[in-house]
Amino acid sequence: MSIRERMSGNEAVAYAIKQINPDVMPAFPITPSTEIPQMVSTYIANGEMDTEFIPVESEHSSMSATMGASAAGARALTATSSCGLAYMWELLYVAASDRLPLVLALVNRALTGPININCDHSDSMGARDSGWIQIYAENNQEAYDNFIQSFRISEHPDVMLPFMACQDGFITSHAVENIELIEDDKVKAFVGDYNPENYLLNADMPMAIGPYATSPFYMETKMNQRLAMKNAKKVILEVAEEFEKISGRKYGFFEEYKLEDAEIAIVIMGSAAGTTKDAIDALRDKGIKAGLLKIRVFRPFPGEEIAEALKNVKAVAILDRAESFSACGGPVGSEVKAALYDAKVGVTAVNYFYGIGGRDYTVESATSVFEDLMKIADGSMEPEQFKYVGLRK
Amino acid sequence: MSKATDITKIHEQSPYYDITLGNQVYGGGGAAMFNTGEWRTQTPVIDWDKCTHCLLCTPVCPDSSIPVKDGKREDFDYNHCKGCGICERVCSFGAITMKEGI
Amino acid sequence: MKKNIEIRWHGRGGQGAKTAALLLADVAFNTGMHVQGFPEYGPERMGAPITAYNRIGDSPIRVHSNIYNPDYVVVVDETLLHSVDVTKGLSKDGAIVINTTKEKDEIIPLLNGYEGKVYIIDARKVSMATLGKYFPNSPMLAAIVKVAHIMDEEVFLSQMEASYQHKFAKKPEVIEGNMNALKMAFEEVK
Repeated sequence: MSIRERMSGNEAVAYAIKQINPDVMPAFPITPSTEIPQMVSTYIANGEMDTEFIPVESEHSSMSATMGASAAGARALTATSSCGLAYMWELLYVAASDRLPLVLALVNRALTGPININCDHSDSMGARDSGWIQIYAENNQEAYDNFIQSFRISEHPDVMLPFMACQDGFITSHAVENIELIEDDKVKAFVGDYNPENYLLNADMPMAIGPYATSPFYMETKMNQRLAMKNAKKVILEVAEEFEKISGRKYGFFEEYKLEDAEIAIVIMGSAAGTTKDAIDALRDKGIKAGLLKIRVFRPFPGEEIAEALKNVKAVAILDRAESFSACGGPVGSEVKAALYDAKVGVTAVNYFYGIGGRDYTVESATSVFEDLMKIADGSMEPEQFKYVGLRK
Repeated sequence: MSKATDITKIHEQSPYYDITLGNQVYGGGGAAMFNTGEWRTQTPVIDWDKCTHCLLCTPVCPDSSIPVKDGKREDFDYNHCKGCGICERVCSFGAITMKEGI
Repeated sequence: MKKNIEIRWHGRGGQGAKTAALLLADVAFNTGMHVQGFPEYGPERMGAPITAYNRIGDSPIRVHSNIYNPDYVVVVDETLLHSVDVTKGLSKDGAIVINTTKEKDEIIPLLNGYEGKVYIIDARKVSMATLGKYFPNSPMLAAIVKVAHIMDEEVFLSQMEASYQHKFAKKPEVIEGNMNALKMAFEEVK
């Protein structure tokens, strides 16, 4: 029997960390993820877990210490947001190329410029090419469930890549909602022990990690990272299938909501997906065939699968919660459109921006996007690219 | 490739699938396998008449190229000495001189 | 399409409006409901106007946005009536609950022509009488539970007692005062 509880997204992740009881957690506080290390250190102080908590002086150090712990052979994780992730930047690439399995609880927040503490995806989207697995949550339940699955994916011998578990800052991190927790013993059995094959503290086999790679080796190393990311697709689905057995909750690369017979659809990630679902239900009541594709796994990017799922839609809007300033689309929009092109899916696609710097995305926002799509689908409106949803005019 | 692979078999022509996980290097002391002595432009030479075996030179050698046996230093390991000249600087007895070339 | 009760809280930083919203979510959760309790975040400063929200209902809540058309509004600090449009978007079929020492006919002209029901409670009086200190939280919580008929009053009181026993395990002497504040608030809200 699962445990019925109510928690904020940060509480849910901290609770998952308690249940996983990793070996090491270095962390430096930053809004809105501060509560995660705060709650974990309280659990430790209360004797509810025995993780080695390392208070460090910066996020550069927290990522370095997490990587060091992982290299030493420990199960390690940390948490951050926004500028904290930016301060980890150079290490993110090293964690991936060194093939260190570790987990980062990322609570998405806009990157400064102008300063802002609210949610958007500019922090993790900037890190999208660093070689990390990235999974996004719609609500506290998914933040918890994704976290429980994280180490199994990251530590899998065919993967061995760092894992970023993302949730929307404040919107889910600070909202108290109902949640179903899994019993401690089930989580423990599911996550299992971490027994790396080679690690720095193994006296029987001394080793060096992270050597300089000259050009004859650099490109080959990148190919191996890419293969690991490809392997992650298989492992993510296997772990999700096993997770369903202990939780009853089904996960894949993305969630399709009323997409099967949809004529118009929104592609979105994170907490805005639930809001979009309510808009879809209201439109369906009026006989409008609207649907949703909520991306859960952004790295590895399930391009072929997304194209397949969208092939019967007349018009689709891909919504980005981060600017890329390419003046030619956002990160999710560009990748989904590229996937549609490669799969020769000829759906009309627009790429909009929403929720930047915490701009509220409401049921009405979603409805307005669907209204555009209806007009685009029936030919009464020319598709307008890169619109800002909710921009004052 | 995640087993403790024999890294001496990996070279600049190795295909990507033969390269270790994250370029990890297994086994200690791998540097001994590479002849870096040919990088030298100057070479230290020892005058055994002046050497007192005080061993001040041994610990300062960045390439561990001054072997010691039974409390006495032996001749330079020219396969790994890069000719930096630090040993010449620390020698208090003028027993080490730097000679041009290898 | 309205399935859930939506409540908006207006307070000032440090007064506990956010805590009250989370407490309301807690007690509604304990009676088996689906809940959401969340603040609207910005640069937080003591004394600055803050907003917090609740959604409460019988089915899972998927919407993750602020509330623009609430069924109920709770005003924890009456000085906000001059600076914040507290009835903005408030349903005519709903109600507003205001913490004030004034009478209703003095308050109504400050509500921008709001046509729905107006309730007032002097939370300071309740708090001082029962706790000896000014904590408007508990009285306002009881007031909104009564006004919005979120649950049976007896159920609410027993849930809150359990919650206080847990929260104040190390200072049980404050439990009785808080319980009295809730009971007195039920009588005082009008």
